[in-house]
Amino acid sequence: MPRRLVKLGFIGLVAVLVLTACGGPDEGGGGGGGAQGTGPITFVAGKDTSGKYPAVINKWNTAHPDQKVSMIELPEAADAQRSQFVTNLQAKSDRYDVLGIDVVWTAEFAKSGWLLALDEGQFPVNEMLKPAVETGRFEGKLWAIPYDTNGGLLFYRKDILDKAGKEPPKTFDEMTALCSLAQQNNIGCYSGQFAKYEGLTVNFAEAVQAAGGEIMTDNGTKVALGAPATQGLTFLANGFKDGEIPKPAITYMEQQSQRAFVAGELMFLRNWPYVYALAAKDEPANKVRGKFGVVPLPGFTGAGSSSLGGLNFAVSAFSTKQQTAVEFTKFATNQENAKEMVGLTGNAPAWPALYDDPELIKKFPHLPVLKEGMQTAKPRPVTPYYQEVTTAIQENAYAALQGQKAPDQAINDMTTKLNEIAAQGG
Amino acid sequence: MATTTAPPRPAVDARPASRPRRGWLRENGLLLLGVAFIIIYCLAPFYWMIVSSLKANPLLDQSLWPQDPTLVNYQEVFSGENNFQYALRNSVIIAGTTTILALLIGVFAAYALARLNFRSKKLVLGVILAAAMFPLIALLTPLFQLFSNLGWIDTYPPMIISNISFTLPLAIYVLTSFFSEMPWELEMAAKVDGATPGQAFRKVIIPLAAPGVFTSAIIVFIAAWNEFLIAYTMTQTLAAEPVTVAIAKFTGVSRFEQPFGTIMAAGVLVTIPLVIVVLIFQRRIVTGLTAGGVKG
Amino acid sequence: MATETVRRGRVRRGPGPAQTSEGARAEARLAFWLLIPTGIVLAVIIAYPVVRAIWLSLHSDARFGTSRFVGLDNYIRAFTGTGADAFWSAFVFTTQLTIVTVILELVIGFAMALIMNKAFRGRGLVRASVLVPWAIPTAVAAKLWEWNFTPDGVVNQVFNTNILWTASHWSSFWAIVIADTWKTAPFIALLVLAGLQIIPGEVYEAAKVDGATALQSFRRITLPLVKSAVIVALLFRMLDVLRIFDLPFILTNGANNTETLSTIAYKEAIQQVHPSYGSTLSTITFVYIIIAAFLVNSLARADVVKTASRG
Repeated sequence: MPRRLVKLGFIGLVAVLVLTACGGPDEGGGGGGGAQGTGPITFVAGKDTSGKYPAVINKWNTAHPDQKVSMIELPEAADAQRSQFVTNLQAKSDRYDVLGIDVVWTAEFAKSGWLLALDEGQFPVNEMLKPAVETGRFEGKLWAIPYDTNGGLLFYRKDILDKAGKEPPKTFDEMTALCSLAQQNNIGCYSGQFAKYEGLTVNFAEAVQAAGGEIMTDNGTKVALGAPATQGLTFLANGFKDGEIPKPAITYMEQQSQRAFVAGELMFLRNWPYVYALAAKDEPANKVRGKFGVVPLPGFTGAGSSSLGGLNFAVSAFSTKQQTAVEFTKFATNQENAKEMVGLTGNAPAWPALYDDPELIKKFPHLPVLKEGMQTAKPRPVTPYYQEVTTAIQENAYAALQGQKAPDQAINDMTTKLNEIAAQGG
Repeated sequence: MATTTAPPRPAVDARPASRPRRGWLRENGLLLLGVAFIIIYCLAPFYWMIVSSLKANPLLDQSLWPQDPTLVNYQEVFSGENNFQYALRNSVIIAGTTTILALLIGVFAAYALARLNFRSKKLVLGVILAAAMFPLIALLTPLFQLFSNLGWIDTYPPMIISNISFTLPLAIYVLTSFFSEMPWELEMAAKVDGATPGQAFRKVIIPLAAPGVFTSAIIVFIAAWNEFLIAYTMTQTLAAEPVTVAIAKFTGVSRFEQPFGTIMAAGVLVTIPLVIVVLIFQRRIVTGLTAGGVKG
Repeated sequence: MATETVRRGRVRRGPGPAQTSEGARAEARLAFWLLIPTGIVLAVIIAYPVVRAIWLSLHSDARFGTSRFVGLDNYIRAFTGTGADAFWSAFVFTTQLTIVTVILELVIGFAMALIMNKAFRGRGLVRASVLVPWAIPTAVAAKLWEWNFTPDGVVNQVFNTNILWTASHWSSFWAIVIADTWKTAPFIALLVLAGLQIIPGEVYEAAKVDGATALQSFRRITLPLVKSAVIVALLFRMLDVLRIFDLPFILTNGANNTETLSTIAYKEAIQQVHPSYGSTLSTITFVYIIIAAFLVNSLARADVVKTASRG
């Protein structure tokens, strides 16, 4: 028989075994216990061009030359960021120290043992926005501190409404009544983000909350979908069917929906606050500069409720310099740095006082509206199985919006699937 | 003494001089149409890339011609935010090293498979081919663990080694096919005609092998240049990120915005030199073809 | 002394049979050492993860618990159990993609190679153009096509259509086919061209002298001689498309039943953090590809392995 092949295989196998045996020492993580270790650390988050991270990192590095922070940048897309976190943390790598994680990942990461439990006494949690702080909690412990938070807003074409002498809508009924104006102007009436991705879960959650309901309760152990969910999903599905939501919106993520609004193709847009700066930008292709306004999200019987977004800072359980990491986290999320962050981005801070800061309001007039929205913002389901939950939501909601499933059928299927997921325990 | 056929030469469109003119037009008319089709097919999207890269806001401005062409996207590519030059450096090193090593290893293997007799040769080639069949996705996690244990994350070796293994099967395959077709007897013929082994190798074997080697080189280089998933998993900073990963990390003003213009600018910057480099190699193929062979 | 036979216009080349058993052993030894580097590289990068994947696939996923040995449970789940819908949908979609894309690429690539093979002025420009789609990094091309296929993107603009490309199954299918074919037809063109250029011009001249038409030349001379190049191209492209990931992931994220075998494996392994079930899907894909390659090999009635290792 092929002795050469056997020899080949043998040498190859030996090589493999030797290589894998040369593992580094297993970097065990510190769980609760004290945070130990100081020195240069890495800060890992998705970057953007606002300059907010360099600002705070430079300040820290100047003050702590022997504990310098260097940033490891991740791509913008939340999903791409998560896959990097998962790959590194599953391998228990010690390369990541401070993590900038999405608010919906706290439960999953904490339960997986990837995060260091934070000592609440060290952080000013009572002075920060309660819903935002809650996104960093799981099973009674604090795992992450809000860096910024986020809530949905309704952008609208002020010029069209003013000309017709109308006020911006406070309920969905009022909004749909105004759709005739959109038709007269040959533009779409309303859009959010309806492609099959996390943004769809956000829009679905907001529709459910607008009807006074929620998706899951009790730390993701009970499914609460019911009549409000059906009402919310039916509203969106009918929007597509009746043409109030333009057909292309089924492919929209944040960027395309923002493009449609700024190009003058929509009367109402649900999106995150970042759109404000883009809609106000002075460039020839911008059709809505000076013509738009912002109000909190509408609901069915009154004001709506936005889904809580935002970014939290956490410390890796496998970091070998956890003390420095915790100190940096404290520093980067304090009120002074939060104010600078808002000044650069217009994002929602986790510090209530900043919403009333006159300097900031002058630059970002949408801050008071944002503050109103944040009072009623609710998080998406808090569960370590969030990935499975959001997949189940997306599949059924998308099918309903495309007209492939009746909304109540979609809610039924969603409920069944979510019950299965919740039954996995925890 | 065995006779040998003439070495391959590029097909020449020889015609008797007295071909009537309308035949020429019909024959070449089709050719011209074909050429036009190729050029439009290949370059239209590339044209769109270039045009988009010259617009300040290509997302909003969808016109087919840039009304206010600007270089702001190209500046953005090399700005302090992106530092694309490091990514370019990394890509050149990674793809270049991969190509050289993969060809070395591949030539050895192909020579053995094409020229030597041994049992289980078919099995070996089959196994090599099978290695090219496993979904890359499944390799990510174990490879990350392996290289993380070795402390090689964010360095060149993981990508070079991985690229070599992905491109090796195809390179070996192409090289083996070429080496099987080559008229090796010409080397013996040259020696009989008085050449030293060195001269025979240089003047006969190398030119004959050139087309196959350069074809494989192009395939390996471009595959390594294009590689994304492994590089994305194994790198973290510009110390080792190649252009594919760097482009994926281009950001806009917020986490929800992708800078389409900048991405297209980077794409253009990355494609043009590559095309030039490959064109240079392409000429060597033709030279190799015409220079080879001994008649006789 | 090398033997040679002229068969169907092809000259058989290659070494003659080994002279002595001593020579045979020496050859075998040399072959072994020449193949060692290949063996090591492939063993580390491919063999080790494959073995690990198969091992994992026989265990259960337990995100927050402990994993147990479950034998073929994961496979049963994929074929007939809770994962069957998703798996078979991806299986069918991937197969459809492969058949359509590879055939399209072969036809277009072959046509390009024929055109590029003719001597004329401006050949350099054509060669350069053909390289462009292939040279553009896949990541950039995927983004480009993602933006081209938006409802207000350039494709709808140029062809004056209003298709929501990524919003339904078949339009997504064609979007992926178009994007992938555009990118890789040049690769096939290059391989086929290399094969065409080996054919000596004299063969065509002789045929013309004998009165053959262009079509007859094509069928009797060109096709048989480039057969091996075409088979190589066909096989490797098939392997690639069966594992396609980037385009469906970026263009549609699997919406409207456009998941491929690789996207579901990725989503299970990395997104849902189910390494065992993800490995199961990868292993099934692996076996499928091997079977497909074997089938194509037999159907083409060319022994791909034998052809390459002739001698």
